[in-house]
Amino acid sequence: MKQIYMDNGATTKIDPNVLKEMMPYFTDKYANPSSFHSFGQEAKDAVEKSRLIIAKAINADDKEIFFTSGGTESNNLALKGIAFSCKNRSDNKSLDQSEKNASKKNCTENQIITTKIEHKCILNTCRWLEEQGFKITYLEVDKEGFVNPEDIRKSITDKTILVSIIHANNEVGTIQDLEAIGKVIADVNKYRKKRNINSRIYFHTDACQSFTKTELDVQKYNLDLVTLNAHKIHGPKGVGALFIRRELIQKGKIISWQHGGSHESGIRAGTENVHGIVGFGKAVEVGMKDMEKNVKHMTLLRDRLIDGIISAVPNIKLNGPAIQKDSRKNKKISETDRRLCNNINFSFRAIEGESLGGYLDQKGICSSTGSACNAINLEPSYVLTAMGLDDEEANGSLRLSLSKFNTEEEVDYVLKVLPKIVEKLRFISPIGKEVNIK
Amino acid sequence: MLKYSKETMKRFTEPRFAGEMDDANAVGEEGNLKCGDMMRIYLKVEDGVIKDIRFLTYGCVAAIASTDALCEIVKGKTLEEAKKMTWKDVVDNLGEVPPIKYHCSIMGIEALQDAIKNYEDKEKGIAKDSKKQKRPCCYQECCGKTV
Repeated sequence: MKQIYMDNGATTKIDPNVLKEMMPYFTDKYANPSSFHSFGQEAKDAVEKSRLIIAKAINADDKEIFFTSGGTESNNLALKGIAFSCKNRSDNKSLDQSEKNASKKNCTENQIITTKIEHKCILNTCRWLEEQGFKITYLEVDKEGFVNPEDIRKSITDKTILVSIIHANNEVGTIQDLEAIGKVIADVNKYRKKRNINSRIYFHTDACQSFTKTELDVQKYNLDLVTLNAHKIHGPKGVGALFIRRELIQKGKIISWQHGGSHESGIRAGTENVHGIVGFGKAVEVGMKDMEKNVKHMTLLRDRLIDGIISAVPNIKLNGPAIQKDSRKNKKISETDRRLCNNINFSFRAIEGESLGGYLDQKGICSSTGSACNAINLEPSYVLTAMGLDDEEANGSLRLSLSKFNTEEEVDYVLKVLPKIVEKLRFISPIGKEVNIK
Repeated sequence: MLKYSKETMKRFTEPRFAGEMDDANAVGEEGNLKCGDMMRIYLKVEDGVIKDIRFLTYGCVAAIASTDALCEIVKGKTLEEAKKMTWKDVVDNLGEVPPIKYHCSIMGIEALQDAIKNYEDKEKGIAKDSKKQKRPCCYQECCGKTV
């Protein structure tokens, strides 16, 4: 049976060009980039080449890119590193003792603003920071999953140190208007400066899902920190990066969270994952070069799937932003994108997502679900419930996430198989009778 | 998705006892939409023996497979024999079931007991109590929701 992989929000297939680029770093060029010999320098050059490619892709400087083990680590470093940097300041030798004490005392009263629909690695880091005394504000989202930039303005206090907003949501594909949010934060920072408040509010985004699928420009969006990773963009697992604006490093506004050698300018200790970093760089290079083409391809397949499912299956609901028809004509990607080009998420009334996904799996189709039955804690997806879905809708959700490798034939196969499975599961559902009729 | 046994997947994709029953003389139900599991069992009882049984299940792979297995186990049994069935009998029939899905088999048994009670109440001429007691929905410590 042919396998149709439509779970690219979870991870992606490695691009053959990426793998090819990585191979010599397993077998021939295996030296440690920290070694002084030329063999080591060859590895170091490869790491630096990747750093430059990634920096260029988001309009940053290569000295502002720090490699990590992936998205989770980058998010942990961003939040904890910023939160605890004021303790760092209390150790600053230029401060007198009373200033140091004041800094230490007030540090954990600081506030971080985020949303209810972040990835678990942001939410659980925030919960841990709450236990340490930090104040966290979790913003509501509307029914399409959007944060209102004005809600951010209203939530900001003098104690706010960081705003962290996911760029594109992994479950429903909502792409936040980072430009508008960045402007709000820049406004507040200007006002703070006028009032002689020295500390800036920093702006972080988790861009793991959106990278190479929509525009990401750290200057245009006023971003100070950006989380990136490789395995969502046809690169290898176990490697990611954090963009940290130079000013934060220079002023000691972020502290290291993993101690050891002086790798990554002392921000992240540990011998560099050279082959992973090489693969990450290549994945970004390929992804950026073909971005327009890939986005167009995935958007076409996405809309074909969405239209096909809507016309074949009664009583369903598209979760996430509505599709705007022909909105892409003569416009830049970022001007039209409200929903990730590869995300499809439906709620099917009267059936449960794990059984629908399980049945699709039997037919060779890989998907995912926000159903309680699929979760270890037996709770439905917090993202879907934050968007106002009721339990039946959240439990009946199914996500299909595409990649550049998916084809029209695969989409048509899904459209052939899925409506029949839904009908069958509704037939055996005690509440399915009334919803199976078109 | 969790790793299910072959028998579980077979029962899930090709259930033998799924569907409504027009001439049922008892119906039982367990679960609700919030929990993500809801089961209905139809019985046709003759001379104290379960002559026929059908189910409708809203729920996951394990929920659908375990109600189908349950139906096969109790078909042809007397009501007294059926009452003695436990969720372990259902799990044994399915082969391996991930522990987090044991509650699906428990709910199936509860739905069956509810159907048997419905039959016995009718025999005694007592109207079925439609108001069920509130109880946790998935019989697990990790899910203490009461709905």
